[in-house]
Amino acid sequence: MMGTPQSGATVRPRKIRWLFSTDHHVIGLQYLALACVAVTVGVGLSLFMRLHLIAPDFVVPGHGPILPEDYLALVTLHGTLMLFFVLTTAPQSGFGNLILPAQIGSRRMAFPGLNAAGFWTTALALVVLLGSTFVQGGAAISGWTAYPPLSAIAAAGPGQGLGMDLWLGSIALFAVGTGIASVNTLTTVIRFRCEGMTWERLPLTVWAWFTAALLSLIAFSVLLAALVLLFLDRHAATGFFVPQGDVLSSVVRAAAVHGNGSPLLWLHLFWFFGHPEVYIAILPGMGLTSMLLANFSRRRVYAYQMMIATTLLIGGLGILVWGHHMFVAGLNPFVGTAFSISTMAIALPSAAKVLSWLATTWRSRPHFATPMLFSLGFVSFFVVGGLSGPILAQPILDQYLHNTFFVVAHFHLIMAMAGVFGLFAGVYYYFPLIAGRYLSEGLGRVHFWGTLGGAYATFLPMHMTGLAGEPRHYAQLTGIPNAAARLLAQTLPLQRHISYAAFFLAASQLPFVWNVIRSARWGDLAQPNPWNATTLEWHPALAPFAEEGSSSDEQIVAYCSPCAYDPGAGWAGFTPQWQEIPASNVKRE
Amino acid sequence: MPAIFTPTDTDRKRPHADDGDHGSGRRPPYDDGLKRTGGGGDNDNDNWNDRPAGRRGPREKLERYRLGLFFALAGDLMFFVAIISTFFVTKSSGHFDAYDRYINEWLPTAIPRILWLNTAVLFLSSVTVEMARRRMFHQFDVMEEWFGLGKPTAKRAMPWVIATIVLGIAFLLGQTVAWRQLAQEHVFLKSNPSSHFFYLITYTHAIHLLVGIAGLAMALVGLFASKQIENRQILVDCAAWYWHSMGFLWLFLFVLLAYFQ
Amino acid sequence: MAMVRMPWGLPRDASAHGVALDQHLILNLWIAFSLAVLAHMILLIGILLRRPAAEASERRRLLIEYLPLAALTLLFGFLAMRAERLWEETRYTGASPAALQVEATGMQFAWYFRYPGVDGTFGRTSAERVDPGAANPVGVDPADPHGADDMVSSELVLPEGREVDLRLIAQDVIHGFAVPEMRLKQNAVPGQTIHVHFTPTDAGTYAILCTQLCGLGHYRMQANLRVLTEAGYQDWLRKRQR
Repeated sequence: MMGTPQSGATVRPRKIRWLFSTDHHVIGLQYLALACVAVTVGVGLSLFMRLHLIAPDFVVPGHGPILPEDYLALVTLHGTLMLFFVLTTAPQSGFGNLILPAQIGSRRMAFPGLNAAGFWTTALALVVLLGSTFVQGGAAISGWTAYPPLSAIAAAGPGQGLGMDLWLGSIALFAVGTGIASVNTLTTVIRFRCEGMTWERLPLTVWAWFTAALLSLIAFSVLLAALVLLFLDRHAATGFFVPQGDVLSSVVRAAAVHGNGSPLLWLHLFWFFGHPEVYIAILPGMGLTSMLLANFSRRRVYAYQMMIATTLLIGGLGILVWGHHMFVAGLNPFVGTAFSISTMAIALPSAAKVLSWLATTWRSRPHFATPMLFSLGFVSFFVVGGLSGPILAQPILDQYLHNTFFVVAHFHLIMAMAGVFGLFAGVYYYFPLIAGRYLSEGLGRVHFWGTLGGAYATFLPMHMTGLAGEPRHYAQLTGIPNAAARLLAQTLPLQRHISYAAFFLAASQLPFVWNVIRSARWGDLAQPNPWNATTLEWHPALAPFAEEGSSSDEQIVAYCSPCAYDPGAGWAGFTPQWQEIPASNVKRE
Repeated sequence: MPAIFTPTDTDRKRPHADDGDHGSGRRPPYDDGLKRTGGGGDNDNDNWNDRPAGRRGPREKLERYRLGLFFALAGDLMFFVAIISTFFVTKSSGHFDAYDRYINEWLPTAIPRILWLNTAVLFLSSVTVEMARRRMFHQFDVMEEWFGLGKPTAKRAMPWVIATIVLGIAFLLGQTVAWRQLAQEHVFLKSNPSSHFFYLITYTHAIHLLVGIAGLAMALVGLFASKQIENRQILVDCAAWYWHSMGFLWLFLFVLLAYFQ
Repeated sequence: MAMVRMPWGLPRDASAHGVALDQHLILNLWIAFSLAVLAHMILLIGILLRRPAAEASERRRLLIEYLPLAALTLLFGFLAMRAERLWEETRYTGASPAALQVEATGMQFAWYFRYPGVDGTFGRTSAERVDPGAANPVGVDPADPHGADDMVSSELVLPEGREVDLRLIAQDVIHGFAVPEMRLKQNAVPGQTIHVHFTPTDAGTYAILCTQLCGLGHYRMQANLRVLTEAGYQDWLRKRQR
């Protein structure tokens, strides 16, 4: 908590509690650290998957060969870690806590205590999830979507016993933690905007966090209900998702249950959460990209109000499209058509965003600092990954492409890679603000080009294997009987290439790790507002972890909209939101 | 160049007051007059939201907590929306058996009579908690308390809070009686799709009420212990709004269980 | 067509509805590819070119934003309508009454195919009788006279050029029935019977893959689809029924 500063006090370093702190900066960093742990584990797991696909006989030291159930546990953990603990926590809760309050001119979040509670709930969820690896039967094997009856019956596979229970517990904790964080974010944005910070003047990042928080509140509550129902199916012999007369291993499972459950019910509830979830992951990245492209192009964000509208529209439509995950899942075909149209519709606000990004940078001679490079990379991935979206949104094409590597390529490019590039842009951009030092530009460039090349080399060929009809989730591509052997064998060379590219992609992150470690201690000292930014987080009085001084009780006022750059005046021409405008320059509308 | 700006210089000169600070023109909210500033007139800009956090009038802190609570309740509402939609889906779905007969196994659970009594009790508790809430904003008492002349609002609200807790516990006891009656008729959670939902809905609602009782108990402790009238008001107010929503939700759920099976 | 298909790695199409599907897919891929290249060209040229002297006028700004958006709306609308037409043709109506009836049952980790036999009617099945060990993997009830001539096979054999009405069933968990060469994919969901219909046109042996994660043996849950000539099919049927 911020104490009331005493006037005339000498400048002294503020005492920062790092553990169990209620300071939103510390909590933001804690969320980022949690995401770092999750992403490291998640990447490691994916490398084992790629390794196993091209070298099925490889023996993991201390474990033995990767069995099919191990492979599926890797798939499940990788998906769960990345979706929940990286792409939801880092942009929304991590950067949301670090940057959001300052961007609206506030020194704190609405509910600091709750904020800390949200983080520790999330941390506990991660511990429970990782702990599920070490229980009898290992981690759950039903993927991050956990379709029943596979996830509802303990005998359906190894890992579907205690491992699955822990998965459910972990995700339930995560849902509660995210709900808490959303309440905090929403209240902060509504109540803590500083004087002059009207809704139109909010930076697009804040709009993105706000929309994503609304989505989280709606989506995670529904997920929580679904988790409760699934838990009851597993342990209280109810029949929400298990149909009558389900036979598993010649044992009739649901005969005793007078249930009339339907697995499709879970699919509906899950994807009602699952689709907004991917927008929760990507919206903050979209907001940050908009602001950074403008910052480094020294332009206003093109069609600013339209960008606000499209953010809300993407959020709103995002709730109405869940059925496109279920075109071939046993839905009525008419329903498929309806969801196809709503999904095609979401391409339009997304396209409007891309157009704005292109128009913002068009002939602007931007400064190619590392954050700008990553923002441009974001646009590239968003375009390439996004354009396969309308293809998959057509049920007739999904009938061929569903659950193939084509889908894997689609969502890794648009959600994973674009999302991660948003995060990287954020780290490079805000490092001077948080650590007071610059990250190395040289290492940053190496990191950028390595990651961009590695990501395209990994995920573009997956479109090809997908078009060849190769399904995902296959633990093995060799040693398979029947006609499938030929189909899977012909993609093997490409799969080998994908694996090598994935190793390269992972290795490309080493310069980044070294960059952060090195620069935190020995980097060049940063200027107060190094990127000549206009938004309030660079206000000198709002600097996080700054020494407590006389300026820290200065009142924050937003005098104008963000992105007030003067293109004619080059790098130095800008009006930050906190700068009072001389009366002679004011045009009243 | 930006076209709009908000120059209000007079305001910026005053020391920044975060919430939780005392004095300096802040006073707790009371029932009469929504936007009393306590010596206003220093500003031609009447929009409180353009003021800095902490100086948006006496209701600011209260309204922040209320807003947070309402967002949390909105999320909670979605939880019940999901369960209620599954209720209708499961109710209307059946399957074909081996002889190609369409089977819908939904056997409506006859709700125990005592639920009517419980509903009345819960309704009454909503009234009592509203009495408590209103007592906290009684202008004369609030001002007296703010001046440090005893704790009249706390004294008057306390019996109503206690009454609400008692009624809440009575409701939960009534629910356990209902569960026991059903169990005697051999209707359990796993018996039938309909009974799944009867127990699921009543259990989850009961858990929410337990949270509500914990909130009311906290408010009660707060009435004793909290030094600031503002905090006492927030505790009682939030507990009351939560309690109201759970009561309102129960009316829906009760109608659902009683008439829509 | 073959020339166009090769670069994308699409397997050979062996079904009647696949031709139109392939055309639509390839059109989509070209459009997506062109739009991606176009966007990247605008991005690259935009960041490399010099600064314009003046900012775009308000009218031009509107054009920049709304004209491409309108064009994209028309484009995506066109694609959606075209796809809807194809979807309608294949899925909105059932198979013709003359179609060959086959039932496909998915279980961990195998597919079984049941033919109704000469009486053209499937016998009753019940969950309690399911016993792959006793050669009754789908649980046919011996008490039902319709079931006596039912024939269960572990490979799907179909005649060329005849429509098939496939009844998809899953016993335990959700499975995915997919034949890339038939341009067909549909999940089999426990508790549901889902009908799909298609017409194989080319004789050959194709892979039936499971495309919905169904447990540790998911990757090896395959079967063969053998498409024979009409005469070959009758021959096979006779041999199997003996």
